[in-house]
Amino acid sequence: MGLFVAQLLTGLANAAALFLVASGLSLIFGVTRIVNFSHGSFYMLGAFIGYSLMQVLPGAIGFWGSILLAGLAVGLIGVVVELLVLRPVYKAPELFQLVATFGVILVIQDLALMIWGAEDVLGPRAPGLKGIVRIMGEPVPKFDLALIAITPFVLFALWYLISRTRVGVLVRAATQDREMVGALGVNQSWLFTGVFFLGAALAGLGGAIQLPKGGADLLMDFNILASIFVVVVIGGMGSLPGAYIAAVLISVLNVFGVAYIPQSTLVLMFVVMAVVLTVRPYGLLGREEVAGEHGQVGEPDKPIKPAGWMARIIVLIFLVALGFLPFVAEPFFTILATDVIVFCLFAASLHFILGLGGLVSFGHAAYFGGGAYVAALLVNYANSPMELAFLLAPIGAGLLAVIIGWLCLRLSGVYFAMLTLALAQLVWSLVFQWDEFTGGDDGLVDIWPSAYLSDSTAYFYFTMVFGIGGILLLRHMAHTPFGYALRASRDSVRQAEATGINTKRVQWVAFSIAGAFAGLAGGLFVFSKGSIFPVELEIAKSFDGLIVVFLGGVKTLSGGVVGAAALTLVQDYITRFEYWRLALGLLIIAVVIIAPKGIVGSINALFRYRFTRGGDEVKE
Amino acid sequence: MSAVLDVSNLSKSFGGIDAVSNVSFSVAKAELLALIGPNGAGKTTCFNMLMGQTKPTSGTVKLNGETITGMQPRKVWRKGIGRTFQITGTYASMTVVENVQMALLSHHKRLFDLRAYAHKQYKSEALALLELVGMQDQSERACAVLAYGDLKRLELAIALTHDPILLLMDEPTAGMAPKERIALMQLTADIVEQRQISALFTEHDMDVVFAHAHRVMVLNRGELIANGSVEEVRNNAQVQEVYLGGGSLYHDEEQETRA
Amino acid sequence: MNITRRWLLAGVTALFAFGAGSVTAQEDSIKIGEINHYKRMAAFAGPYKLGIELALAEVNDAGGVLGKNLEFIFRDDQGKPGEAVKIAEELMTRDGAVMLTGTILSNIGLAISSLAAEKGYVYLASEPLADSIVWEKGNEYTFRLRASTFMQASMLAEQAAASGAKTYATIAPNYAYGKDAVAAFKKALLALQPDAEFVTEQWPALFKIDAGAEVQAIERAKPDAIYNVTFGGDLAKFVREGTTRGLFEGRKVYGLLTGEPEYIDPLKDEAPEGWTVTGYPWYDFTDGSNKAFVDAYLAEYGERPGIGSLVGYMTVQSIAAAITRAGATDADSLIKGFKGLDVETPVGKIHFREQDHQATMGAFVGTTAIKDGAGIMVDWEYKDGADYLPSDEEVAKLRPSK
Repeated sequence: MGLFVAQLLTGLANAAALFLVASGLSLIFGVTRIVNFSHGSFYMLGAFIGYSLMQVLPGAIGFWGSILLAGLAVGLIGVVVELLVLRPVYKAPELFQLVATFGVILVIQDLALMIWGAEDVLGPRAPGLKGIVRIMGEPVPKFDLALIAITPFVLFALWYLISRTRVGVLVRAATQDREMVGALGVNQSWLFTGVFFLGAALAGLGGAIQLPKGGADLLMDFNILASIFVVVVIGGMGSLPGAYIAAVLISVLNVFGVAYIPQSTLVLMFVVMAVVLTVRPYGLLGREEVAGEHGQVGEPDKPIKPAGWMARIIVLIFLVALGFLPFVAEPFFTILATDVIVFCLFAASLHFILGLGGLVSFGHAAYFGGGAYVAALLVNYANSPMELAFLLAPIGAGLLAVIIGWLCLRLSGVYFAMLTLALAQLVWSLVFQWDEFTGGDDGLVDIWPSAYLSDSTAYFYFTMVFGIGGILLLRHMAHTPFGYALRASRDSVRQAEATGINTKRVQWVAFSIAGAFAGLAGGLFVFSKGSIFPVELEIAKSFDGLIVVFLGGVKTLSGGVVGAAALTLVQDYITRFEYWRLALGLLIIAVVIIAPKGIVGSINALFRYRFTRGGDEVKE
Repeated sequence: MSAVLDVSNLSKSFGGIDAVSNVSFSVAKAELLALIGPNGAGKTTCFNMLMGQTKPTSGTVKLNGETITGMQPRKVWRKGIGRTFQITGTYASMTVVENVQMALLSHHKRLFDLRAYAHKQYKSEALALLELVGMQDQSERACAVLAYGDLKRLELAIALTHDPILLLMDEPTAGMAPKERIALMQLTADIVEQRQISALFTEHDMDVVFAHAHRVMVLNRGELIANGSVEEVRNNAQVQEVYLGGGSLYHDEEQETRA
Repeated sequence: MNITRRWLLAGVTALFAFGAGSVTAQEDSIKIGEINHYKRMAAFAGPYKLGIELALAEVNDAGGVLGKNLEFIFRDDQGKPGEAVKIAEELMTRDGAVMLTGTILSNIGLAISSLAAEKGYVYLASEPLADSIVWEKGNEYTFRLRASTFMQASMLAEQAAASGAKTYATIAPNYAYGKDAVAAFKKALLALQPDAEFVTEQWPALFKIDAGAEVQAIERAKPDAIYNVTFGGDLAKFVREGTTRGLFEGRKVYGLLTGEPEYIDPLKDEAPEGWTVTGYPWYDFTDGSNKAFVDAYLAEYGERPGIGSLVGYMTVQSIAAAITRAGATDADSLIKGFKGLDVETPVGKIHFREQDHQATMGAFVGTTAIKDGAGIMVDWEYKDGADYLPSDEEVAKLRPSK
């Protein structure tokens, strides 16, 4: 019994930082609809700034003062980010802002490295709270008790702010109906800035307050990201009490997980999430998302037409020229080109559902990595010939997408996105922790193609056939009746359903097709690298895909492919420099601000403006 | 005379409030029937229940004798009901003619065709329908740039793609100039006449209603308070009271424009 | 028309990028391709790189190898195996590297090792610890310098067996390295002390430890001794919670790598005391080659060397010796150069074994203590790696047949 109580208290104490960070994310999303990928970075900054302040400020007042100041400082950094990076792109397509926040992650990573150095720092202990208290014979750290006591106060303070003050009323109103707030004569942009300050400050507080239980390091930002997304989704997006309940639920379950199923702690969190969302699709205290009557937010896409003969000839010339690459360039460039094509296919498959279907998947890496793992497992265990394994990669990934799509498509919008993320993380954690079968972190190696493809040049042609073939096939599908049905389901579900289109089924099939093509890319990948590791299933990989699709232009047909090619090539070049993350982050932010329609979208818009003087008859 | 549509005791309540209560009526073959009533009378809820967008609390809807109550809209559509909406919901990213072609593709069950070029399918049929509603010269424009009245006409063309036996038209002339309204309703009346299909429509413009409807029903606070010929309804004391109290029977008040 | 422009744009971008880096490699030096996670694991890769540069300066001052300067090309793989494979290809086919080295993370080491065998490149795995690099997944082209997980775990098991403890708890990050380290420790301990019992095994997720819960779970099992494999931020949290809650009182604790400066320094005055660990007591050398290396390093950089510094330094020494011994830089010659190679290093002579390509670099085993507000190792001893490797028959069984 004593141990049980002690475990419960540990869970409650762990929930403190998680709740603070997650509540900030939830607030920011609720009001601004921005999915802030850089929230983990604010958390990391809070920890480092808090640490630095604690070195200077003495005693208990210094300690607690440092935590508050760290929150304040991070809040101000949040304001800077909001003003400089996000404000210019509020009018961009929905979710485009997440690309900007990804740029912020990269910039903060390198700045933190410059300022605080590479070594982990151990947080100081809380003055006066270093010891333990014995509760029913079990040792419980005093600081844990302090955390348990503080968190409800923070929750209460936030609740008071939100429900009892004028600012809070506006925040709540904005959460439910942004236009209405504008109509009330409130300056919406300053409301957004204010909420960003509060959200970032909460993340900073979370980072600083966990210092006595840990410290600060440069991997904190990504390490907390999945957990806080899970907490926000389980609690219900925009709900503070929900975030608290979810943080407690996850933390307490985790403590018991550690005690009774220590091998599977990673999986546990995502299983809980899947169960909760099955029973309550919008989280414990979340409200059903009121989707717009007409599908997408923002300017509608332009009509599309298959490429004309001129364009086809030019593409053909380009492909023939690409085919001659091995004869004119150094061998390495065929390898680089292989990488580019594989990533382009991955991006094109994501773009298929994201652009045409309006389905934002945050977990597309699951199918890329899934396909690669299917092939690798077949080679590893069944000694299957490369050709068969390669063929089964897209099929396996497609089947995975059939299952995940079925689960996720019951939801829509951001909830759909979050559930795809959670299920992709579930796949990742299974692969990562089931190492008897998957090799875990050490992956599966020696997965090489058949002898006739072992030469880089031969494999390059193989990749051209299947990779570019896949891209062209996806592109063709956009122009088929199915592609039209998919766009119809995006543009107006009501109209589509009222004219006999089973929109969910169309979207389900599209999701599965996209998964299969991502799996094809994964199959090409694994045989070009000879190995596969869980990193190819990680959130970061999914984010890479999202970023290139948005950067390329989500509302254009070739956006994904162009974005992928551009990013891969830029990255190949830029990573040769010392502070490449800073440079890449700034570059991404610059592109986001200068070209909010994405690379292709902005170029199109430019030409459209030049040559047609704003007419509406321009065809793709 | 067998009814095409037979509605009996249809009710819908939202959280204890009755939006529609105990509505019964039928639509005869080749009949142009108007459903009028002040804002919030329950007309759109009624339409939504007929086509399945909203599930009724109780009551039944029969189409040609077959019960279709609570069926999903896409299935109701396949049974032969076409619908236009009060607030249009066309596919903004497609051209006008592609919008019609999309419905034709659906009608011909080719939604999962992954080979053909969609824009080449059923183009002549689609253009013929557009011509019928007077939209042929705008067929290649992007839907997103159309005037609201044109969107309404496009929706009518779309609703006709599967040769429906019944048309449901929610505010078909909203957003149009008075002359256009008359023209569109005349067109609808012609279609009803020529194709021998039935049409049920809601409308705010009483000139339009009284000029074209074969029969008029009046809904107030979810209840059907009148059902009869144009003359009967015009002279119905209860109807006059409702309209004099809440709005105007002869005035055109354009209150529900594009959101 | 816009499609046309788009493709043109993509084409131009591609061609530009292809043209951008076509600087031809210079022929007057022997180039080694060095791939590491300079950003992802900066605290470890930094000292490692400094160690390499120190040794390079010494080698080249002494006339280089085969009459040419030895040159390292450093590349960051972002911690991604796929990226590392691409960079490896670039280093070998475009930059004129004669062989590959580097990586700290075992998974990337395995990826490069597999590529090496497929393409016939020689790879010296300098820092990755996974046993499989030279055993289950071993190949003709891959060699490994640092004492592997198995070797270091065996050294600790030897100490544990002598302690008299009967029941053990283990705590290790839940990924391949952690599992290898626990398996190796168990195997070695049970061989020496068959009645040893493992009463609980804890597997916190890497860098996501829930330290309070882990400490409670271990305390619940009441072990005589604890075997720790956590490191980095996980270690700091585990030590702090464990100390606060009194987990380590009256218990022997064995910590793999815990004594390495990269791991113990961040703990400062909260470093655990009395743990038996492997590590690198650079502050404690009084004479000999170890002292000479530390002095040279301190003089050059003014900061303390880490274990990475030593490994980086020895990597260059090994490669230089192998190339000199081979007399040429083609793959076959280099393999001959490495097989059975003896190298004089700061820790003494090491030997690259012919049977499994593992070097006999050992490790320092000692007891942790706190001095001047920092964790150190006392009563340490250098254990020669050769004594902690399995027999030739076992190795032959472990390695895949060619």
